[in-house]
Amino acid sequence: MRRRAGAALLIAPLLLFLLLTFVAPIGAFLWRAASDHEVGPVLPRTVAALATWDGTTVPGEDTFAALVADLREARARDRETGAGLIPRAAARLNSDRPGFRGLLPATARRAEAPFEGSARDALLAISEEWSQVETWGAIRRAGGPLSSFHLLTALDLRQDAAGGISAAPPDEAVFRAVLLRSLWISLLVTAVCLALGWPLAWLIATAGGRASTLLLGAVMLPFWISLVVRTAAWMVLLQREGVVNAALKGAGLIETPLPLMLNRFAVVLAMVHILLPFMVLPLVATFRALDPRLPRAAASLGAAPWRAFLRVTLPLCLPGVGAGCLLVFIQALGFYVTPALLGGPNDQMLAWFVGFYATRSVNWGLAAALSLVLLVAVGLCVAVYGRLAGFRRPGAA
Amino acid sequence: MGRAILWAAGVLVAIFLLAPIVAIVPLSFSAGSFLFYPLPGLSLRWYQDFFSSDFWLPALWNSLGIGAAAAVVATALGTPAAFGLWRAGGALRSVAMGIVLAPMVVPVIVVAVALLLAFGPIGLVATHAGLVIAHAALGAPFVVVTVLASLEGFDPVQLRAAAACGAGPLRAFFRVCLPQIAPGVAAGAVFAFATSLDEVVVALFISGPAQRTLPRQMFSGLNDQISLTTAAAAGMLVAFSVLLLLAVTWLQARGRRRAGG
Repeated sequence: MRRRAGAALLIAPLLLFLLLTFVAPIGAFLWRAASDHEVGPVLPRTVAALATWDGTTVPGEDTFAALVADLREARARDRETGAGLIPRAAARLNSDRPGFRGLLPATARRAEAPFEGSARDALLAISEEWSQVETWGAIRRAGGPLSSFHLLTALDLRQDAAGGISAAPPDEAVFRAVLLRSLWISLLVTAVCLALGWPLAWLIATAGGRASTLLLGAVMLPFWISLVVRTAAWMVLLQREGVVNAALKGAGLIETPLPLMLNRFAVVLAMVHILLPFMVLPLVATFRALDPRLPRAAASLGAAPWRAFLRVTLPLCLPGVGAGCLLVFIQALGFYVTPALLGGPNDQMLAWFVGFYATRSVNWGLAAALSLVLLVAVGLCVAVYGRLAGFRRPGAA
Repeated sequence: MGRAILWAAGVLVAIFLLAPIVAIVPLSFSAGSFLFYPLPGLSLRWYQDFFSSDFWLPALWNSLGIGAAAAVVATALGTPAAFGLWRAGGALRSVAMGIVLAPMVVPVIVVAVALLLAFGPIGLVATHAGLVIAHAALGAPFVVVTVLASLEGFDPVQLRAAAACGAGPLRAFFRVCLPQIAPGVAAGAVFAFATSLDEVVVALFISGPAQRTLPRQMFSGLNDQISLTTAAAAGMLVAFSVLLLLAVTWLQARGRRRAGG
């Protein structure tokens, strides 16, 4: 019992540190995927009025009046504190329904002056948009505090004002393609790593002596060199005025430089180079643990070499092969730097879109939803890895 | 025959692994200003440029300082935790292990964006402290894994012997256990330092102009026209990596010798 408590006490500082600097920030960030805070606090009356709305016809006068009251109050607060509540709410609504970025501030500006008659007539005079059901639907979807909007967007789905879920229009549906592209690039990189890593690992495991050490060094050295440096090296090799094009031109093989960079080929090539050690090292460990007498026994029992390989060697290696493949695949899925530098616009993976929506378009909800998709994919792989390799020897790789 | 094909394939793959590095390092010693061969001559001008540049030199000091601080924090937290995990069993061990190893598998872009969001309100974005904390969290799992591996070769009976001789648990750890696992702890610290030295995505998102690290400057240098000074910076990072690899290899060999004898 005392030993248990002592052990817990020793682990506690690191756990606390990681809880504060890792688990909590990621949790808070991912929570944004399922919540909405930009519109609810700015338009509280409107959101409350829309709560009972059926979403099939334009809402009644009380909802229009609520919007006018909300906008007047928010505009007064914005002017007083410079908080920019209306532009932020407009940006969030714009990501659901294009046009809102201009519509909301314009409406707030013009609805501030007192008007005669109903709020409905006044708003419709400002913009016909307020007679559209989906304009109000966007406000309701963004009302929060819980929201399915970002997650649905990340899966190329959308919900209409009445609550029905359908596929997003083709010109907005990009994220399924991005997910498939990320999975495909990762799969391709894993397959190439396996094909290239197998012979090298086999050689390291069986050559023995100095050759083994040298070959292992050839794997360990790039393994230790910074990812940015390795990506830079590929850029120097592959760019228009790069080493490869200059050499080919010098040899008289080509007239004009080949487009070797900013395409899928360059991304896959550099990713294979960067991730290959993660395949080779587990394979070497597996091959070294292999009992060389077993294939020999199979041969002495009359199995042809290919048969001995397929029935004896391969099944014994499968756990190690699986572990290496998953290790490569998991890391490939999250790649950011290499595709950003070596790829074209159609080679960017999920990670790039997470970064884009978090910083350049400040759409934290969508960035979080895409991160969640990425983490679910990684989590599934880790679960399979746990099954295959067990978590007992995490340092084996 | 089969053996010859295997050798050819294996050696070709090894060449593929080394070629880009072998290609970029000599370019940084070029006397000319082109990024291809043949070199017009050899010179150190791009390294001179590196060391006199206020784009690169502050980044070098930032990288070394932030890496060292992150390694100290990660080692100070990771070593006791590894010892605790080694002593603990059952559910505590598996849950704690899951949390400790999470930074190794969570895509670093998620960490970067989450920290940008979390550090903003508490004033840690664009500070050295913020980057040190982030890099320490990313490096700590490597310390834990390395120290745990070196504890595999430590016989726990020695701790009971120390206790029987009247040493308290703390004294037993510092006087009996720590000297034997010291190479592992040092290797863990080197891993944590290397993690910070290589890290670019978190640095890209949460650092300000005063915290630019070497990989981060390289990343922005690569987005424009690549200069030979960038190649010199790459050469510097390669040199650091080789030194760190040698350090870890030496430490691990020492650790094995200790465990063996």
